[in-house]
Amino acid sequence: MKFAVIVFPGSNCDEDMYHAVSEVLQEEAEMVWFEEADLDKYDGVLLPGGFSYGDYLRSGAVASVSKVIAQVREFIAAGKPVLGVCNGFQVLLEMGELPGAMLKNRDLKFICREESLTVEQTDTMFTSRYEEGETISLPVAHGEGNYYCDEAVLEKLRENRQIAFTYKNNPNGSTGNIAGITNEAGNVLGMMPHPERAVEELLGNDDGLRIFESILTHWRDVHVVNN
Amino acid sequence: MSLITEWTPEIIETEQVYKEVGVTDGEFAYIKRVLGRAPNYTELGLFSVMWSEHCSYKHSKTLLKQFPTDGKHVLQGPGEGAGVVDIGDGQAVVFKIESHNHPSAVEPYQGAATGVGGILRDVFSMGAKPIALLNSLRFGSLERSRVKYLFREVVHGISGYGNCVGVPTVGGEVQFDDAYNGNPLVNAMCVGLINHEDVQQGVAKGTGNSVMYAGAKTGRDGIHGATFASEELSEDSESKRPSVQVGDPFMEKLLIEACLEVIHHEALVGIQDMGAAGLTSSASEMASKAGTGLRMNLDFVPQREMGMTPYEMMLSESQERMLLVVERGREEEIAKVFEKYGLEAVTVGEVTEDKRFVLEHKGVTVADVPVDSLAEDAPVYQPEAREPGYYEEFRKTDYVPEVRNPRNVLRALLKQPTIASKEWVYDQYDTMVQTNTVVKPGSDAAVLRVKGTDKAVAMTTDGNSRYIYLDPETGGKIAVAEAARNIIASGGEPLAITDGLNFGSPENPEVYWQMQGAVRGMSGACSVLGTPVISGNVSLYNEAAGGQAIYPTPVVGMVGLVKEASHITTSDVKNAEDLLYVVGGAEREFGGSELQGMLEGKHFGRAPHINLETEQRRQQQVLEAIRKGAVSSAHDISEGGLAVALAESLFAEELGCEVEIEGETVTELFAETQSRFLISIRREKQTEIEELIPEARFLGKAAAHGRFHVIKNGATIIDEPIQTLKADWKGAIPCLVKSEG
Repeated sequence: MKFAVIVFPGSNCDEDMYHAVSEVLQEEAEMVWFEEADLDKYDGVLLPGGFSYGDYLRSGAVASVSKVIAQVREFIAAGKPVLGVCNGFQVLLEMGELPGAMLKNRDLKFICREESLTVEQTDTMFTSRYEEGETISLPVAHGEGNYYCDEAVLEKLRENRQIAFTYKNNPNGSTGNIAGITNEAGNVLGMMPHPERAVEELLGNDDGLRIFESILTHWRDVHVVNN
Repeated sequence: MSLITEWTPEIIETEQVYKEVGVTDGEFAYIKRVLGRAPNYTELGLFSVMWSEHCSYKHSKTLLKQFPTDGKHVLQGPGEGAGVVDIGDGQAVVFKIESHNHPSAVEPYQGAATGVGGILRDVFSMGAKPIALLNSLRFGSLERSRVKYLFREVVHGISGYGNCVGVPTVGGEVQFDDAYNGNPLVNAMCVGLINHEDVQQGVAKGTGNSVMYAGAKTGRDGIHGATFASEELSEDSESKRPSVQVGDPFMEKLLIEACLEVIHHEALVGIQDMGAAGLTSSASEMASKAGTGLRMNLDFVPQREMGMTPYEMMLSESQERMLLVVERGREEEIAKVFEKYGLEAVTVGEVTEDKRFVLEHKGVTVADVPVDSLAEDAPVYQPEAREPGYYEEFRKTDYVPEVRNPRNVLRALLKQPTIASKEWVYDQYDTMVQTNTVVKPGSDAAVLRVKGTDKAVAMTTDGNSRYIYLDPETGGKIAVAEAARNIIASGGEPLAITDGLNFGSPENPEVYWQMQGAVRGMSGACSVLGTPVISGNVSLYNEAAGGQAIYPTPVVGMVGLVKEASHITTSDVKNAEDLLYVVGGAEREFGGSELQGMLEGKHFGRAPHINLETEQRRQQQVLEAIRKGAVSSAHDISEGGLAVALAESLFAEELGCEVEIEGETVTELFAETQSRFLISIRREKQTEIEELIPEARFLGKAAAHGRFHVIKNGATIIDEPIQTLKADWKGAIPCLVKSEG
């Protein structure tokens, strides 16, 4: 499987995402500068964390209208997996590919620490390797991770089982304790916690690895014919 | 329109205008001798910033020469943007610490943020990828509302800048004392990783080569920042807000990427950050180091504001700017690299042979001075030193604290802001980006793995200014020794240090005496412990309005090499039933201790003594035991003594302990005797540890019952739930910050 890690000016978790996929998962990955992308060559797109365009205007706002975005939309429309983490999640919200918006953290401070999450939905191409209801731990690192949507959208997210992860101890004030959601089709996951930071025992946590393994498993199921 | 009146050479001389920019009568006469005439206003500006304490070290140069700067690992000592130390496999670490005290005192968010930006540029201008940031902060009493504001905003500024550029802030220290009420200290350290062959130098070599300016445009911010940083704070300092630079971490992030790409370009000759004294210092230093001259046309300098004068452009400290020297004819190739990141790189001048620094603006030569007169020939002063009256008195004072209830004292100590958990601070820093951080803030040192190898680097900042105030030489030794102890306890071998020397006015003989002693002590410890000084920074004139000098505060930033990932050790006790040992005995030493500060509200008496040979022996023994896999956790015993160290080690797993002490209770529990470690081991390592560290004394064991239980002669001294102690320790700072004051 071949991944593209999209690099915007100001992305800063691009190398971490690349490392997680190429060194730990040991699948093919390339860092793709946002102006030079040809996404036809890839099987999965990763939108990394960071401060694209310095978070000026709003987090993810400028990146969401940048050159690569038309291709990302086509990629999504084709049903291929797109994972947006942190700033990548914010970009997906600004693109309108996921519902809702991001507010500043409840305490108006940047927070960086491990948070306990509940895996709410395992019937997705991103979470199949987890147990439903399982508690995992992933690092968060954000100043604007307070996910907001109105009651109607929240109801719809629940009905469609689009809520992938929730916080056990809500660190930022997010609606419905939401930490990550998928689109209706299930091929886009946006999440604030950083799975790419939790893929190696040496760094104290590998709970995030199963997200990448889930994507790979799904791709193999679809593309690799077993005789 | 210029915002500054630019006087003629005649008026500058007759009206002594030079004094307003910090140039003395003697220095002005010297400038006249060098030039053979009075300087014009632009030239006066060049001299005033380059001869400021911040850029020239004119009051500290003779002291700095005492530092040992050579060692088998040192690839680049002081003199470049940052020092470089070999870590094997053709790799090296690049690091430096820098202060941003004065700006942070008047504009804490931007002051701290641009301090981070500046130290990052010092490191990546060497060609190194910045892998970690640390800091060392000092504030006054958190009871004061102004101090709360400074504390909040400094932390916010560090987090705002560091998080955005994607370099983890992995460690540091924060201490609180009334001595810093009017003058906080903000020192930022950056560590970079580099391959030997990529090390760059800031040199303007090759007559005819082009001088290029890259990065942000020049504005009117930070004009005279270096001069501002070289005088005492005063009632007037608020009006110096325009001397504080404004940072843009997004621009810095792009600049990092572009510079790390451009260093591999063969057309690049030299590169340097425009830091303090901006364009003036970078250009004149690059030429001076190469033995060349420079001619620049200021019409080409990218400007953010209309009508900027040469004086303003040369003295601006606008952030996120770099100066490059590039082979003639290949400027376009370099500009293209920057263009990818949306950055401007333009040719502003050329390297000349005549060793002169010549500036043109709108067809007129506006400055023409010898390059070396700016960068090399600043006056060097040998200030007068005088032993302060307090020193002898303190040496004779035997201080013994009165403690009735050790349990209450332990709880109160854990709430002292200097000891209390700094989680409120480091939760705001991205400590993990780049995915190398193995040991995060909260342990003795931060440890980062080096991807693609089995090794890791440990790093820490340390400096107990109260000991240095009581006894500068002893305190200087302790600062280095404690930093080394933190590296050792983390499983690393100390390699080298960067020094951040923060003092009051060197023109005060008692302050200069403190500087002498501290530097002597640090140099001695560096020699014995084998950690040369490879870079550093001097910040003087740290005096609040009213002439109250800070405690003498040299800060040690140290980096060590962890040879194998399996050696990485934290301070947390891991399992119930693990055995606890203390390495080194306690003595009745309470001068400068946290206990003294808490009970008496001030510091006096003798600093704890230190024997560097003992220190080195114990460090080597502990490191050897760690490398042999005999140690489960190791913690330096420092502020608050053994009781605090023990409690801190138990908090992570919320374990209890069963410990028996001998000797005098208060001394055993709270003395800050030096060269000591608290270690925990698994049961089966008992014989091995007692052989490897003969001085290790058995204390007791960790316990699943979750109670901090200490006995002496069979009687209970302290018996408290560890969760209660942890709540005290964790809650203190958030509580102080939130409370109205």
